[in-house]
Amino acid sequence: MKILTTVKRVVDPDAKVRLNSDNSGLVTEGLEAKMNAFDQYGVEEAIKLKEAHGGEVIVVSIGDSAGTKEIRTALAMGGDRGVLVTADMSEIDPKGVADLLAAVIEREAPDIVLMGKLSVDSENNQVGQRVAAKLGWPQATFAFTCEVADGWATVGREVDGGTANVRVKLPAIVTADLRLNEPRYASLPGIMKAKRKPIEELTPDDLGVELEPQLIIQGYSLPPARAAGEIVDDVDSLIDRLQNTAKVL
Amino acid sequence: MSFLVNRRDLRFVLYELLDTASLCERERFAALDKATFEAVLDTAHQLAEDKFASHAHELDENEPTFDGTSVHILPAVKEALDAYVEAGFMAAPFDEELGGMQLPYTISQAAAALFHSANVSTAAYSFLTLAASNLLRAFGDERHKRLFLGPMLEGRFFGTMCLSEPQAGSSLGDIRTKAAPTGDGDYFVTGTKMWISGGEHDLSENIVHLVLAKLPDAPPGVRGISLFVVPKRRVEEDGSVGPLNDVTLAGLNHKMGYRGTVNTVLNFGDAGGCRGWLVGEPHQGLRCMFHMMNEARIGVGLGSAMLGYTGYLHSLEYARERPQGRHVDGKDPAQDQVAIIEHADVRRMLLAQKVYAEGAMALCLYCARLVDDLETSADLQERAQIELLLGVLTPIAKAWPAEYCLDANRLAIQVLGGYGYTRDYPVERFYRDNRLNPIHEGTNGIQAMDLLGRKSLRDGGKGLRALLAQMEPTMAQARKHDRLRPWAVDLAAACARIGEATFAVGAVAASGQTRQALANATAYLHLVGHTVIGWTWLRMAVLAANAPADTTTADADFYAGKLHACQFFFRRELPKTERWAALIVSLDDTPSTMPDGGW
Repeated sequence: MKILTTVKRVVDPDAKVRLNSDNSGLVTEGLEAKMNAFDQYGVEEAIKLKEAHGGEVIVVSIGDSAGTKEIRTALAMGGDRGVLVTADMSEIDPKGVADLLAAVIEREAPDIVLMGKLSVDSENNQVGQRVAAKLGWPQATFAFTCEVADGWATVGREVDGGTANVRVKLPAIVTADLRLNEPRYASLPGIMKAKRKPIEELTPDDLGVELEPQLIIQGYSLPPARAAGEIVDDVDSLIDRLQNTAKVL
Repeated sequence: MSFLVNRRDLRFVLYELLDTASLCERERFAALDKATFEAVLDTAHQLAEDKFASHAHELDENEPTFDGTSVHILPAVKEALDAYVEAGFMAAPFDEELGGMQLPYTISQAAAALFHSANVSTAAYSFLTLAASNLLRAFGDERHKRLFLGPMLEGRFFGTMCLSEPQAGSSLGDIRTKAAPTGDGDYFVTGTKMWISGGEHDLSENIVHLVLAKLPDAPPGVRGISLFVVPKRRVEEDGSVGPLNDVTLAGLNHKMGYRGTVNTVLNFGDAGGCRGWLVGEPHQGLRCMFHMMNEARIGVGLGSAMLGYTGYLHSLEYARERPQGRHVDGKDPAQDQVAIIEHADVRRMLLAQKVYAEGAMALCLYCARLVDDLETSADLQERAQIELLLGVLTPIAKAWPAEYCLDANRLAIQVLGGYGYTRDYPVERFYRDNRLNPIHEGTNGIQAMDLLGRKSLRDGGKGLRALLAQMEPTMAQARKHDRLRPWAVDLAAACARIGEATFAVGAVAASGQTRQALANATAYLHLVGHTVIGWTWLRMAVLAANAPADTTTADADFYAGKLHACQFFFRRELPKTERWAALIVSLDDTPSTMPDGGW
């Protein structure tokens, strides 16, 4: 079974990110980077599938060459080889990411693609869906269970108000939610093995993808400071305020 | 922000200060590189955060209990240690043929630093096992290695060190535990051991106690101590774990800190059936133990440093977030309050913690680097020099962090004020945990006597001279920078003070008055310790001053912080050496001459 999984290098969510001086972007230099948490679930599930069904796990990332570190981590967890598409992430929108991934997936022709449901830095939650649409493949998003048998994947999905079970015919895109599994650590023997695993570097040109962002970020701003609270005299005036001032009732 | 360590600082120490990456040019480490080291530390960091730090508070509140039959420990401890073993940390520093990764000691200590910061109590079980494994690797025979070391590196057996007894702690020559030949090559061990960390638990299949005991024909004192391996359960020749080996738990000690590390009183051979196996030659047990002492003591120092470090990071975060009061020159109540990091005295307390903790971590990792050099340097003359240097640095690497990073924890509590004194914040736990470190693994008083009596006065002060010679190039480099030049001068003056103090004490010792000579050993430890830390800060300042000008803002801030912290140490800490030196040279004997009726 050929399994493809994706990893994104993100700023450590525990780090304090500041706005730059003209509010045109975020200051991330000097902050620690990590593998996107949801991608860890995707990688873990990919490795579990390989352990159960055999085959290989291909780990794909997009970004600058620093991103090989996150690919190596996934290879140390048990992935077999990596693909890094070198590109400046600050200039790519989710559509661009999906276009690049779809091109890699077409080259590799995997049986299943496992991705994080979103990246914890930009939280767009749309790349998996876009890739599926672009390829015309079935998709099962927000997975908390994933069983593969006889060319089909049965996926339990976390949805508003409960869960939903879907069956998708492979090849398909599955995006991982946080209850899917407990990702393993990159073990020390795994880290040694990962040193010898190949990572192929490609450019958007190599993949024949032309990047034309459709999403332009105009600027960033901090949430407004919270205004002071107010003590009201009785329940009636509270309801009045909620209805007429806050307009939440 | 991680509260375990500033990874930028750890990278600075490992690769800029200690050039750890160059170790990979040596045959033993040829399969490794810097990216591998960082990947190992990333796994350590994540594991330490997820599995160790996560239950540190709960474990402190729920110390192990003994119901008369077995010991109960919070289940999260076993989960953490299982994950630690699974990730390969137990065997990491050992040879590939033993299933290890041949990780340099410097990097395994850097990984250990993260676990110390996260949760010293849980980490202690693995470090004890590592120390016991190290001893068996060095002195065990083929059988010891097969039956005990192998399973320890696989994480199936855990280890302990059984030295102290209720009546004999610092004075090991007075132990009473006995070992008598069984006639079939083994020994029957009888006696009671005290303060045995990890002495009883069900975290592992078996517990391997390394026990100091006396053979029937033992000469008196420290020359008559032998080392035995005594398992909790017997191990058959085929490696299978057999019946209990008559090691019984007499009770638990209830401690101030390190509360998650079960600490036991163990009886060996109450029923006459406790078998042990001799490790090394008869009567050479203490020598075996001392062979491992450098590493054990550096480990204690690093543990102390990291408790200081995590306390610093916690109190720094608090000081940045906590609004309280206004600047003394603008007390307008209509204005917003300022964060307490704005207040001069809070800044003093944060900087003191920074210089203690970062300085101590750098020193301990430098010592770890020397251990790597001692084992792998191709130059035999260099090795002899390193052995001298490590000898003199080890008591400092143990005692200085234990003293000053404990003080760092006191300051962390002070920064948090009343909140710091509550158990809702972790800084009081750090203090309680750290309070062990001046006591165990040779009290700080004993370290002081070791430094002065053994390392500085013996052999014509060769060790001390080796240390002072190491400082020369740093001072030469520092003199090239305007800002650093006065500090080079100050460091030279502190070195001269060490010379004078050593000379004064040496003269007394030479006249046979050893007791008088060593009476102010603690002041001597502070004097040399502060000088060594001053040197460590100057080394870091030289790197910071030489950093490329086109560096990123984050790096520029980092180096500026190093320079400023160095300034703090040289202006406010190093001058303390004057008083200590004066006291030592005066040969003051006030404590010794206190009339007995006057207490």
